[in-house]
Amino acid sequence: MKQEREQMSIVIVGHVDHGKSTVIGRLLADTGSLPEGKLEQVRQHCARNAKPFEYAFLLDALKDEQAQGITIDTARCFFKTAKRNYIIIDAPGHIEFLKNMITGAARAEAALLVIDAKEGIQENSRRHGFMLSLLGIDQVVVLVNKMDLVNYEQRVFEDVVKEYRDFLRQIKVDPIAFVPISAREGHNLASCSKEMQWYEGPCVLELIDSLKKEKNLTEQPFRLPVQDIYKFTEANDDRRIVAGTVETGKVKVGDEVIFLPSSKRAVIQSIEGFNEPVKREVGAGYATGVTLAPQIYIKPGEIMCRTGEPLPVVGNTFRAHLFWLGRHPMVAGKKYKLKLATQRATVYLKQIERVLDAAELSVDTQKDRIERHDVADCILQTVKPIAYDLSRDIAATGRFVIIDHYEIAGGGIITGSIAETDYIKTHVSEREVAWEKSNISPEQRASRFGQRPKFIVITGTFDGLQANVAKGLEEKLFRNGHNVYYLAIANLLHGLFDAGLGRGEEEREEDIRRLGELARIFTDAGLIFITDIPRLDSYEIDILKALNQPNEILVIDLDEYVSASDTAGESLEILLKQIETVLYQRDIVWDYSI
Amino acid sequence: MNQLEKLESQSIYILREAYREFKHLCMLWSIGKDSTVLLWLARKAFFGHVPFPLVHIDTSYKIPEMIAYRDRLAREWNLKMIVGSNRQAIEAKETFPDGRVDRIACCRSLKAEALKRTLSGEWPRLRYNQQTEQYEPEQYQEAYTGVIVGVRADEEGSRSKERYFSPRDQENEWDVGDQPPELWNQFKTDFAPGTHIRIHPLLDWTELNIWEYIQRENIPVTSLYFDQGDGKRYRSLGCYPCTKPVESTARNVAEIIEELKSGKFANIAERSGREQDREDGGTLETLRRDGYM
Repeated sequence: MKQEREQMSIVIVGHVDHGKSTVIGRLLADTGSLPEGKLEQVRQHCARNAKPFEYAFLLDALKDEQAQGITIDTARCFFKTAKRNYIIIDAPGHIEFLKNMITGAARAEAALLVIDAKEGIQENSRRHGFMLSLLGIDQVVVLVNKMDLVNYEQRVFEDVVKEYRDFLRQIKVDPIAFVPISAREGHNLASCSKEMQWYEGPCVLELIDSLKKEKNLTEQPFRLPVQDIYKFTEANDDRRIVAGTVETGKVKVGDEVIFLPSSKRAVIQSIEGFNEPVKREVGAGYATGVTLAPQIYIKPGEIMCRTGEPLPVVGNTFRAHLFWLGRHPMVAGKKYKLKLATQRATVYLKQIERVLDAAELSVDTQKDRIERHDVADCILQTVKPIAYDLSRDIAATGRFVIIDHYEIAGGGIITGSIAETDYIKTHVSEREVAWEKSNISPEQRASRFGQRPKFIVITGTFDGLQANVAKGLEEKLFRNGHNVYYLAIANLLHGLFDAGLGRGEEEREEDIRRLGELARIFTDAGLIFITDIPRLDSYEIDILKALNQPNEILVIDLDEYVSASDTAGESLEILLKQIETVLYQRDIVWDYSI
Repeated sequence: MNQLEKLESQSIYILREAYREFKHLCMLWSIGKDSTVLLWLARKAFFGHVPFPLVHIDTSYKIPEMIAYRDRLAREWNLKMIVGSNRQAIEAKETFPDGRVDRIACCRSLKAEALKRTLSGEWPRLRYNQQTEQYEPEQYQEAYTGVIVGVRADEEGSRSKERYFSPRDQENEWDVGDQPPELWNQFKTDFAPGTHIRIHPLLDWTELNIWEYIQRENIPVTSLYFDQGDGKRYRSLGCYPCTKPVESTARNVAEIIEELKSGKFANIAERSGREQDREDGGTLETLRRDGYM
């Protein structure tokens, strides 16, 4: 097989009418990448219609042929040099189509940014520059076009360079080069121009060929955002496969891995695949799956990392550069959904540090909302802690999008972590100060009931089993003379809780909060209070623990007691016996009363 | 990673996102090479399994080998196979081969309409029973909210404007001018009630990539794609009255790849054998707005 030619995607951006199409037309023509006879055909067409030939028409003609809408969406064209093949993504220059520009640019490895020498830097010259930096495209070549309209004057070029470089410095972008060109006349594109002897090169094609392919992601710390956990038991497949795409780094069989934010650990037992030789190691870029030992319960969205390597931050407050595309502005206090790698989280805008207005090139620190097409420096807070990296460390796990009303309404990169305030802790201490104490002490109640008050939560991943165990335990303790009470979340949905809500992630957070508050009351009454909540994670357990203070909590994870094949009814009794032993050992129920 | 590995990895990521996010998910299988590659990628993504149903729209004018091939793979790969069709139009002979309507109207009725009603659950679906090896009426028919489709951006004009995750409204309408942004592998997976999402894992693949992947993975495709000795083969599969074989002596996958790379098809559109494209002004945009694949 022949050596595969390298391929590179380059986006071309800039203000509307600054000459993007002409640049592309020229590049296609000068590299001989046009279909045979196309150039002649367009020339003749122009002659017939008595209009001067322009290279931009070439692109339009190609696009018409492909029936591509040039004004609204990104279009792709192809050209090749001796070195490699290129896909040029033509991004729309009009502000209305910023989301299309972003879609196109996000797929690129480098960018050409075109500025009209005569018209100078315009709104979208700046906005696109900023977008490129946010999208993580750090190879930018600035083309100062239409030099023919300013008599190829070096001074004009240098003025544009100075002004634009000053702007880029503010947003910490360092372009590879500025090139004075005339796309219409073909100067400094494929070869250096005689008209601008003061510019010594390199020309645009040389620069393009000098662009570097993506960084070596395999050398970075291992990150595999978990997409899903598969178990196709109905098809007689007992493998429990943690699936996802390796974003950075590599991992091999036998490595210890840690999942964040849950902090659970396991060892890679196998790397799974279909119709491929058995792999012992897998690296960045591959969509893969692994089995673990022991089989731990983790959720989609967690990031699998290797112990011993730098780990992501786990936290709920961070600083970000964010761009907004939503129809409605982003405001504080409103609930949004955040998607970071494969994580989903409820997020709030906490604070706007500054909003950069690309039109005015001004920085507004007073703004209380982020409008459509604004770029802002702000602080975001998720309800639950998430795992993330700073964007400058690992791009793939350091960037996110924001969903507002079903749509991707914004995106951003994480620039810093912020120490979080512990709202639950503050709340609990305030609540305890306000708590009206009864004349009967906890010790008196414990002595009367022959038990320590306890909040027992049965959790696990077996649907239905948790409730059976919880109810069985209540019955057992009750028969033994204990004051015990089982309460299911379902019992609350049509009274104390808000049944009008759906039962998604957000409602679950609220259910857990309210159960925690209820537990505080029931345990204060001296009861053993039992409930069941499936799939509790460590963060949720911490919330319940905090809310139940000063009383104690016991969380029983059935996954630690039962194996998947062992959920039949006859084992319930054995399970209950085991749990009873735990209660006894931990001095929750006392010996003589059992 | 080489180009094929990158394409494979991206498609698998998209398939897994779709499976994670959509409770009522299905994949369209036209029996052609593209959607068969897509089916194979699903087996890759889910480690040998295909955890969602495959929907085939049978116009009753498909080349018979296609149907035999469909049922063979349904059996061998243990697929959840669903078949839908516009029975009414077929029985009333309201079709182009019967001379009652033109090509575009026929496509619209036997394909687009049948697809829309099958996906929504309004029309009966037939489900392959692995035990009896027969198609039986499906009992509970819920509307699919996620539909995986094997379109490629390089096929024809309108497809190059597609997103990986592309929303459709209640009437299957596609708003080309106002599409969601896609960046950093984040797609539109949230959708309002009543709407659904088309998912396009093969968007970045070219016809050549498809054949190179079929070769690399040794994926079984129907023999219709190969010259059987008469100097003709199908380059694209559809209904026999409207799909013509092309002149070609390519007898196997390797010869097809050679033909695409340097031979006579290097500069000729793949769907040039499809008559309905020509009648729709070469863009298919009219049909696609109506939900045509």
